[in-house]
Amino acid sequence: MSIAAMVKRIFHQMLRDKRALALMMVAPLLILTLLNYLLAGNTVDPRLGVMNTDDNLVERLKDSNIIVLQVEESSKEILLEKDLDGILEINGDEVSLTLTNDQPNAAKSLQIKVKQAIAAEKAKEQGENLSAFMERIKSQFPEIPVKMEQVKAPEVTTSYIYGDKDTLFFDQLSPILVGFFVFFFVFLISGIALLRERTTGTLERLLATPILRRDIVFGYLLGYGLFAVIQTIIVVTYAVKVLDITLVGSFWNVVIINLTLALVALSLGILLSAFANSEFQMMQFIPIAIIPQVFFAGIFPFESMAGWMQILAKCMPMYYGGSALVDVMYKGLGLSTIRNDLLVLLGFALVFIVLNIVALKKYRKI
Amino acid sequence: MSSSIVINEVSKSFGQKKVLNQINLTVKSGEIFGLIGPSGSGKTTLVKIIVGMESPSQGDVKLLNTTVPNLKLLQRIGYMAQADALYSDLTGEENLAFFASLFKLKKEEQIKRIAYAADLVNLTVDLKKKVQNYSGGMKRRLSLAVALIQNPEILILDEPTVGIDPELRQSIWAELYRLKNEGKTILVTTHVMDEAEKCDRLAMVRDGEIITSGSPAELKELYGITSLEEVFLKAGGNQL
Repeated sequence: MSIAAMVKRIFHQMLRDKRALALMMVAPLLILTLLNYLLAGNTVDPRLGVMNTDDNLVERLKDSNIIVLQVEESSKEILLEKDLDGILEINGDEVSLTLTNDQPNAAKSLQIKVKQAIAAEKAKEQGENLSAFMERIKSQFPEIPVKMEQVKAPEVTTSYIYGDKDTLFFDQLSPILVGFFVFFFVFLISGIALLRERTTGTLERLLATPILRRDIVFGYLLGYGLFAVIQTIIVVTYAVKVLDITLVGSFWNVVIINLTLALVALSLGILLSAFANSEFQMMQFIPIAIIPQVFFAGIFPFESMAGWMQILAKCMPMYYGGSALVDVMYKGLGLSTIRNDLLVLLGFALVFIVLNIVALKKYRKI
Repeated sequence: MSSSIVINEVSKSFGQKKVLNQINLTVKSGEIFGLIGPSGSGKTTLVKIIVGMESPSQGDVKLLNTTVPNLKLLQRIGYMAQADALYSDLTGEENLAFFASLFKLKKEEQIKRIAYAADLVNLTVDLKKKVQNYSGGMKRRLSLAVALIQNPEILILDEPTVGIDPELRQSIWAELYRLKNEGKTILVTTHVMDEAEKCDRLAMVRDGEIITSGSPAELKELYGITSLEEVFLKAGGNQL
């Protein structure tokens, strides 16, 4: 009954606070949309200036989507003036490549393409030399049968376990983001709500009624948890239907994961609010308690982390949430795979909830 | 007459600082008892200990023969804090309804009690307004209405009339008398001396100690003066 009263009150307050509601429901859609278009943007073909290169190489470069321009000299001025990403200069066996390197990623890929083109060209020359050599031998020793089979480049067929050839980074990133939005906004809104109760004295007033301490915590969890469910449904529906993000697994599994994440965020938010004296101090927890979670949520591969970073990752709720969401949304795995992640998240929530109930003893001993 | 509130040897320290020192106090059932003292004298700490929100460093408090803190006891106590603890984004009515359901009032009883409490503090027409649009006095009155919502046997009011205009103050005191006649026990803190006159008995608090107590008439007789203000100064002076 007390829990129901708490939930009812939270609903009244949330529905009246249009901005908080918009922050929770609309802001994630905005960010997802922006990221979707940013990450799906077309890659620009690199512009390469060339000097003393033969036509075969130029053709090869053009084949690998490089815009080739002839230049007279290799200098910084020419690079900048003609808006080039690099200049390739060949003097006999000496090959020099000057890269603008204003975008290290693009420069790396240009460098690789150029190297491949040169290597391929060299291999072709080698092949031609070899067959010329064979011809010569053949003409000198006509009685010996010399056969040489032309080596054909093997056909590589690629198949994918998860996703397909059109899979983008965003497809892997979006499940993590969906979970993170729920985590972040629920943390912020519930934490600040309880903080306000502390600073305005209503929490103390609440505890002067016969309400049980745990009913306050459960009321908060349930009240804001319901908003988290609505948020999850809106965000996931939008991501899948409007942005066309991959969702291979079950929609409801995504909701379950996000709800569990919301539970952790809620209990963590209201727990940390005990250590803040103002809304601004609550915001100060974001760089400490929230931002690091993103890094460990699966955006950077876990396997490539240093040992101690891996241990750190395992202390982060978002690590489990992100992994479960990628499993369901991208890999299409079922409940049995994500069960352990969910259990760990529930463990986090349980610890935070108990700490919350204990922390309220500050206001009333029983 | 039985005792509703019994404070026995209560001391309270925050760290090194002693806020209350061996307070003994008994409030009889059905009386209005005043705790008078300047700001910072320890009144609010004492009130919080009585309600059970602070625990005493030493001593104990019994309300209605039950040792504080006790959850069932809270059902029988109406508490009005010094700061208005209200939800400013809710209407007055929603605030009252919320607290009413925390006290587990049935739906019909809720409606009845909300109407009664709102009428008492003259807020009936403002019930549908959000509390953030209330004036300071209106918030104070709503806090009082919240304290009365579950029809408690004991009322503990921490500076209930601060920021309330004289006319309404009078009507609130009239209502406190009416509640007293219904048999309710009322503990009031104030730093306004003319309110002290209205109490059946009072205790003067200074620096965490009770410097004197008794009915207003007794106190005046004891110190041979006509105003309680002088009693306060004199009693305090004797102490120094």
